[in-house]
Amino acid sequence: MGAAIIDIQNLSKSFGNHQVLHDITFSVQASQVIVVIGPSGSGKSTFLRCMNGLETAEGGTLRACGHTVVEQGRMMSEKNLDALRSEVGMVFQSFNLFPHLNVLHNITLAPMALRGKSRQEAEEHGLRLLDKVGLKHKAQVFPGTLSGGQKQRVAIARALAMEPKVMLFDEPTSALDPELVGEVLQVMKTLANEGMTMVIVTHEMGFAREVADVVVVMDQGAIVEAAPPAQLFTAPQEARTRRFLQNVLSRDAAPVL
Amino acid sequence: MNLDFSPVWEGWRALASGTLITIEITASALVLGCLLGLLIGLGRLNPKRTVIYGLCTTYLTLIRGTPLLVQLFILFFGLPHFGIQLPAYMCGIFGLGIYSAAYVSEIVRGSIQSVEKGQMEAARSLGLPHKLAMRKVILPQAFVRMIPALGNEFIALIKNSALVSLLTIADVMHEGEKIISVSYRSLEVYLAIAFIYLMLTSITTLILRRTEKVLRADGRV
Ligand SMILES: Nc1ncnc2c1ncn2[C@@H]1O[C@H](COP(=O)(O)OP(=O)(O)OP(=O)(O)O)[C@@H](O)[C@H]1O
Ligand SMILES: [Mg+2]
Repeated sequence: MGAAIIDIQNLSKSFGNHQVLHDITFSVQASQVIVVIGPSGSGKSTFLRCMNGLETAEGGTLRACGHTVVEQGRMMSEKNLDALRSEVGMVFQSFNLFPHLNVLHNITLAPMALRGKSRQEAEEHGLRLLDKVGLKHKAQVFPGTLSGGQKQRVAIARALAMEPKVMLFDEPTSALDPELVGEVLQVMKTLANEGMTMVIVTHEMGFAREVADVVVVMDQGAIVEAAPPAQLFTAPQEARTRRFLQNVLSRDAAPVL
Repeated sequence: MNLDFSPVWEGWRALASGTLITIEITASALVLGCLLGLLIGLGRLNPKRTVIYGLCTTYLTLIRGTPLLVQLFILFFGLPHFGIQLPAYMCGIFGLGIYSAAYVSEIVRGSIQSVEKGQMEAARSLGLPHKLAMRKVILPQAFVRMIPALGNEFIALIKNSALVSLLTIADVMHEGEKIISVSYRSLEVYLAIAFIYLMLTSITTLILRRTEKVLRADGRV
């Protein structure tokens, strides 16, 4: 494994006086695929959002892509956060495509504004990315006309357009109809195979088993267990992991992909 | 009762030039009101920036809490006491613009806040600084949502502009009253004036509807 892309030491985070993350220590190496699972409200989204500075933490240290995002509980400046975020791709459960821009312009907006790319350059790159997610033919339409699965694939292409060093996914398939989940997971699998570093919050256990290098189980704002999927799914060490897996696996016995 | 519209026909030139003045003043006040309203609306987005927020809120309270007519009179009769003598025409534009800005600012703020939080998060996650995200992502969406409310505000402004006739400005209202003072045909002239305002407001409504339809095409929000 190469150098750590994300390195987290004793991270804590509260909303008001409700502590949501407790003393989390974790690191992500280049080209690793990390899948984060855990019950609702366990702090998975908050954990992920700390990694690109969308949430401010007040304890611990977090380094990402060579930036020190949190140092001893102090956040880096807004301006440096912008630089960090341009190197960290984020994909949301609710897609958050820009509805007033067509698909291609959703993708070219940031590279043109931040990377100084010409329109032609940005559009050529954007079309290549759309091709990669299988949506080149949708370049000129507006997001409102796309299916959920298509929207999420465009959102992935939009994040990739900034050529991020790591991609964060917060339940990318949870808002999708079941028959559309596969096409999004397929794109994510391709990315993983190409060596993209990814941190993925998901309930898709089949995907985790197949693609993850490390599966992280969170509960009540702390990491309960982190292990390769083969180990975690077959011989979980912690009682809380076993209980969570039992709940999930009995709920969706349906096959994934 | 016999109606005699001949003074209206005979005075059509004056009424037409008055209508033009009404349009000029309203349109100028509109531009001023929108620009100022945008700034004040943006200033009231973040209560944590206490100075800017406080100033904008004070503006809003003062302007919305007092009659437009009083504000116009303060500009016209009050400012000269401080050695500031604005032409009546300017007082009309500033008075209406300042007044309208207060209402526009609330429309601006409301529609910006109605854009889903995820939009700003997505833009910031790409690395766009706050201001740029506002300009490229939030405002274009907020703008479309503003149109119906802005339309109502424009129409209110057109109607309110009749008050500037009291500042000696020769708008359509003022020209009408001059015709009445020589012809004594008040009902006919007021009916004619009402008709002219109705035309102005109807055309405005029509243009705004078209604009909104175009902007909302293609499945955009
Ligand atoms: N903006 C916020 N303000 C206050 N509390 C919050 C906020 N966001 C999250 N929380 C709280 O923090 C805790 C962790 O939330 P988080 O969204 O990280 O959980 P999660 O594991 O992602 O859950 P889910 O699976 O439902 O998405 C929850 O108790 C939640 O209520
Ligand atoms: Mg979540």
